[in-house]
Amino acid sequence: MAAGTAYTPPAHGDRPARPAKRRTRATPAGMVENRRRSALMAHGVLILGLLIVAFPLYVTFVASTHELREITNAPMSLIPGDRMIDVYSRALLRGSANLTSATPVWFMMWNSLVMAMLIAVGKIVISILSAFAIVYFRFPGRMVFFWMIFITLMLPVEVRILPTYEVVANLGMLDSYAGLAVPLIASATATFLFRQLFMTLPDELTEAARMDGAGPMRFFVDFVLPLSRTNIAALFVILFIYGWNQYLWPLLITDNLETVVVGIYRMLNVGDDNADWPVIMATVVLAMVPPVLVVLVMQRQFVKGLVETEK
Amino acid sequence: MAEVTIREARKRYPGATDDTIKGIDCDVADGEFLVILGPSGCGKSTLLRMVAGLERISEGEVLIGGRVVNELEPKDRDIAMVFQNYALYPHMSVFDNMAYGLKIRGLPRTEIRERVEAAAALLELSPYLARRPRQLSGGQRQRVAMGRAIVREPSVFLFDEPLSNLDAKLRTQMRVEIKRLQQRLGITSLYVTHDQVEAMTLGDRLMVMNAGVADQIGTPLEVYHRPATLFVAGFIGSPAMNFVAGRVASGGGAVELAGGHRLPAAIGGSAAGRPVTAGIRPETLVLADNEPGAVEAIVDLVEALGADTLVHCRVAAAGPDATLVARLPGSVHARQGETLRLAVPDTQVHLFDPETTRAIV
Amino acid sequence: MHKRVTFDNRWLPYLLVAPQIAVTVVFFLWPAGQALQQSVYRVTNVFTGAARFVWFDNFEHLFNDSLYWDSVQVTFVFSAAVTVLSMAAALFLAVMADRVVKGASLYKTLLVWPYAVAPAVAGVLWLFLFQPAVGIISYELAQMGQPFNFRVDGTQAMLLVILAAAWKQVSYNFLFFLAGLQAIPKSLIEAAAIDGAGPAKRFWTIVFPLLSPTTFFLLVVNIVYAFFDTFSIIHAVTAGGPAGATNMLVYKVYNDGFIGLDLGGSAAQSVVLMAIVVTLTVVQFRFIERRVHY
Repeated sequence: MAAGTAYTPPAHGDRPARPAKRRTRATPAGMVENRRRSALMAHGVLILGLLIVAFPLYVTFVASTHELREITNAPMSLIPGDRMIDVYSRALLRGSANLTSATPVWFMMWNSLVMAMLIAVGKIVISILSAFAIVYFRFPGRMVFFWMIFITLMLPVEVRILPTYEVVANLGMLDSYAGLAVPLIASATATFLFRQLFMTLPDELTEAARMDGAGPMRFFVDFVLPLSRTNIAALFVILFIYGWNQYLWPLLITDNLETVVVGIYRMLNVGDDNADWPVIMATVVLAMVPPVLVVLVMQRQFVKGLVETEK
Repeated sequence: MAEVTIREARKRYPGATDDTIKGIDCDVADGEFLVILGPSGCGKSTLLRMVAGLERISEGEVLIGGRVVNELEPKDRDIAMVFQNYALYPHMSVFDNMAYGLKIRGLPRTEIRERVEAAAALLELSPYLARRPRQLSGGQRQRVAMGRAIVREPSVFLFDEPLSNLDAKLRTQMRVEIKRLQQRLGITSLYVTHDQVEAMTLGDRLMVMNAGVADQIGTPLEVYHRPATLFVAGFIGSPAMNFVAGRVASGGGAVELAGGHRLPAAIGGSAAGRPVTAGIRPETLVLADNEPGAVEAIVDLVEALGADTLVHCRVAAAGPDATLVARLPGSVHARQGETLRLAVPDTQVHLFDPETTRAIV
Repeated sequence: MHKRVTFDNRWLPYLLVAPQIAVTVVFFLWPAGQALQQSVYRVTNVFTGAARFVWFDNFEHLFNDSLYWDSVQVTFVFSAAVTVLSMAAALFLAVMADRVVKGASLYKTLLVWPYAVAPAVAGVLWLFLFQPAVGIISYELAQMGQPFNFRVDGTQAMLLVILAAAWKQVSYNFLFFLAGLQAIPKSLIEAAAIDGAGPAKRFWTIVFPLLSPTTFFLLVVNIVYAFFDTFSIIHAVTAGGPAGATNMLVYKVYNDGFIGLDLGGSAAQSVVLMAIVVTLTVVQFRFIERRVHY
């Protein structure tokens, strides 16, 4: 997921990849080809594409409704079985059968939720505060701070993994929620997004508020926060997914607090012949539900936010 | 209620080599309506923002109600401002827009409600109090911006080109409303505009600014009839005043132009031979077929406006720069290439020193 | 950079940036500095942690290591394949979705969800399809006389991780391409049609050039994604194997450092990776700021 690592330049001027508002499509008399046939073909291609994209998910879901012997007895049936409730409750309450110390999936989901929420909320809070300081104040060191934040774009966790691990270990934060979340909450992307948003708020608004007697923090609470609401919502979706989907970091620093994505790896890592496929597949489905749900429910804000964040 | 005094006020932006405001002095009496008029970039908004406390005052002093306010925050200056683009708070209702400043001041709820409702009634905004700014028309937004200033009951109103975003019809209507409101409330007002019609109709006095300097401060009619500088003379009046170069004639009483023409002028003989710029308002030129001492002019272009006819012409044999525009009655039919004889009374010829650009009195 | 209108306060701005700066210094700058430092030291005693300054020995060692160059090659093949595959598929689908009058937003909804799937989970989804013993695709392939076992066949392993990585990225690219396509004024395409250009010609001479800012942006984002964010796919599906066939640079850093405990070598690799990120960021910055554009 690119929101954590890819640089997002502040946009200036026209922004080509912004979704157009609802367009009215005139049908010009001069268009040559048969539109009807071309639309039909487009639908066909799209449906085929959808099926290919959804196929792995479907197979996974089917596998999570069968018992292990039906899966190992290749080829597996492509029709959902009747063991769904049983398999899912086994996964949620007990975890994989073939691990000596199995963690129940509900607990992994809880850990993932805590981590994702801490990261999303933490990033938004520290980013909006620092962006506010950088945009609305002139103070010595402002540019130094700006560049320090900018540099974090260039340091994805994967490339500084060992020393970061040492720092967290030295701070006694291994296997803790703080250790899971705090090292990941500095975000240049979110800071730049807010900076960009603040730059578009008219100066007169600030002046009028100052005339009305609002100081900086009052202005922040009464104006900046309410006017950033939609962007905060969009950013929340992106960061929640970013947090939920973390892999390497929780893999390294957790023992008891494993997240669901890491939990899947640990269930798989017992060797192909020992894998408890139905439970693993149920866990995969469960691991996908919260982020996919967040995206689908908040699709409009999210798509808008994504295209704007990354541009 | 308060008077505003500006003393030797200067503004220099950090890193700039020149002052943006080059030492302005002005006294605005309690309840007076002062219009600050000038072209864009002349520093008029900067001056207003210095009074508002939105720009630091580099040198000099600003006093409001006798108190030096240089170091005071805008909120402590007892002023209210109406912005060019209104600066309404987009996420608040009309009511909350007006009430916000009062809430911050910690006024009791009931008093806030009373004040906002009174202002809304005054501005005919009562039905819209629950709406958001984007649900209002341009004129209504303008009124909300005014209302926000009124509810504060400040001792000074500051207006920064408040009508420039409205269409021509609404602008005329709002202009009248502002004037009526200011007369009714009697609050000292500083009003920045580049529109001379607004300036002439609204102001008790005008300050005409040019490149950071107040060229003239006076009543609208003073400024119109006795412009202090070439700039003021050219800026006020439409079509703009005609300027022609010449010399004071020997014996005085006239200005000699190139090509041997003479314009009557109220000036003594002691200045004979002195180079001057003569200014003549288009509306003071009259057709003078048989009178002596009229200027011969060749018609270049005729704009018939119905009531009036604007005639653009060249002074005969006086070089390409000697052009005149005359506002003649609509009944006059002039044709291109025709030669007209134009006359002007000596009291209507303004003389300026071409070096200093100041009026010669 | 900042507003014409600012607030005056001596200490408040510092208080506001403090949390962000603290996290940045402690968890970003300090570790990055450590990595830089470790890259020029060699641990002489694993138990005491004693180390010796060795100038650029670690880098020299790295660049003389054929395994490292294998990893570089693997990374390039993988990144190029993932980028091209996911962008081409996404562009194709986006063009189709832009063409349908009804249902474009429905297709968007149905295509957007893989964005939310963790790369590791995406890897597992595909792993299950191609699992040698239970996977239904590997079963079908075997039936057709094409045995598929990514546990032993390096090329097949590579194919699998490319598929999984590209699959996950299609929805992201699709969203951007669709947004880019929808921003192109229809009048341009109509004008080209009136000028006599057929659909294919219109696409390559009008639409594709106008999409170039989006395409370029996605190119950089996809390369970054393929370089760094696919670590978890590799880790969960192939663990770099078989025989290093999918041993990507990011995976190698982790593997050499955490598993092999070669601190100096791993740090040197980190530094090289940082240089790559810096380059990509600068490229993205310069080109996108100035817009590859008309």
